[in-house]
Amino acid sequence: MTIEKGIEIEIGRPPHKTEGFFLAGMENNGDESMTTKHLMSEAQMEEALAKMARQIIKQNKKMEDIVLIGIRSRGVPLAEWLARKIEAVLKRPVEVGSLDINLYRDDLSEVDEQPVVRKTELPFGISGKGIILVDDVLFTGRTIRAAMDALIDFGRPKFVQLAVMVDRGWRELPIQADYVAKKVKTSATENIKVMLAEMDGTNEILIKDKR
Amino acid sequence: MPLSVKHILSARDLTKKDVDLILQTARALKEISYRPIKKVPTLRGKQILFCFFEDSTRTRMSFDIAAKRLSADTSVITKSGSAISKGETILDTVKNLAAMQADIIVVRHKESGIPWQIADAFPHISVINAGDGMHEHPTQALLDFMTIQNSKGNVEGLHVAIVGDIFHSRVARSDMILFKKMGMHVHVVAPKTFLPADVEDYGVTVHNRIQDVVKFADVIMMLRIQRERMNSFFFPNEREYSKYFGLTKELMKDAKPDVVVMHPGPVNRGLEIEPEVADGPHSIILDQVENGVAVRMALMYLLCGTHGGEE
Repeated sequence: MTIEKGIEIEIGRPPHKTEGFFLAGMENNGDESMTTKHLMSEAQMEEALAKMARQIIKQNKKMEDIVLIGIRSRGVPLAEWLARKIEAVLKRPVEVGSLDINLYRDDLSEVDEQPVVRKTELPFGISGKGIILVDDVLFTGRTIRAAMDALIDFGRPKFVQLAVMVDRGWRELPIQADYVAKKVKTSATENIKVMLAEMDGTNEILIKDKR
Repeated sequence: MPLSVKHILSARDLTKKDVDLILQTARALKEISYRPIKKVPTLRGKQILFCFFEDSTRTRMSFDIAAKRLSADTSVITKSGSAISKGETILDTVKNLAAMQADIIVVRHKESGIPWQIADAFPHISVINAGDGMHEHPTQALLDFMTIQNSKGNVEGLHVAIVGDIFHSRVARSDMILFKKMGMHVHVVAPKTFLPADVEDYGVTVHNRIQDVVKFADVIMMLRIQRERMNSFFFPNEREYSKYFGLTKELMKDAKPDVVVMHPGPVNRGLEIEPEVADGPHSIILDQVENGVAVRMALMYLLCGTHGGEE
């Protein structure tokens, strides 16, 4: 694994191999072959999202009619977190919605089991709005393709931008993010795990290798 | 966690987990019906065959709308418009149609058990029972349960009273099975001629006056008097029936303040239920119709997924 400099946002310290006490129990947790590396701590995530917020505001000037939409499941708490950072600068509320993309997946005829569909909640019209899609990891780009198709069914947004926590490469579609907190080169056996307090009890990003 | 079943034939076959998954999916899919463009591409290229060998408007419409909201293709055969009226057997008819590569067959028939026969004959196609004779109507039970859960939250320990012609009602049978399974107390209210001989086997409490249940029921489910299935043997006249078993606004004064009133439709206004009650503040009859589309979308979505590995 090699770490590249972030495209838009640079994170101060390079990631280090896990030695922290909080990960001691997680490594070799019933699976000898799994190695876990630490990528970002809560403080680094906080810092990255604050930078991302400033970047988004710089890019979109007055931030009029801009809404954040998180992709289920981990994009939703991330979108809310990012919104708090934007609100801190703008001193006014920013609207946040959530999008489930399972009904728009391109592999439904290939998977044996239908993915569990969760609610899409867009408490605002999206026509004419500037949308910032938020997700945890950008990988093949297929999730983002599905998300864009889903969005178009709700209206005609003015534009759509993409913000992700980690870009791990391996794109299969011509899709790139506008805002990236961390760009990482990964191997096929590695898996990026963005852990969020709302669902995992902790804010932290790990790289797991099941080689 | 997929469904434990390949077909939706009886409420009996469903586990509690199945019901939870179906309802969770239905709640997520319900939102599609309120979009400006009421359609998602999920079941594009899937073929759903509706075999309605018995008259149906709302169930057929509900299935049809559900399929179309998910972008599935649908074809319909009815008894009169098909070769069955020329003497072909049902299995032959369905066999011919299944050869056109259906993914799901939805069946309604006036004879009990036909959906099972079709499921046996076509093991690689999912069959949904949309009502077989006086036997079962599992999708109605699911939408009824979803409607109760939406308005009540936790259903455990609730008292639900099913009132009317239990004997002829496939809705009542599926409801009794499902409600009981999901932890509710089920009461049935009917004249003796309207009770099936095996009613006790469903684990329900039998009452013979609607007055006895109105005071404590959390849910009152009124059944339609099915004039087409009966003769004068079952009850003397309609006026007498509505006097002892009809739900009136007068009776509603004794009901719990948060009682909900349901009816699978079509409603015989003034016979089993007074119009003031059917349209009143406690009525969630139209919620049932709305949830019907969502439940059927969920079933089609979930059943289309379990095909993948097989065949």
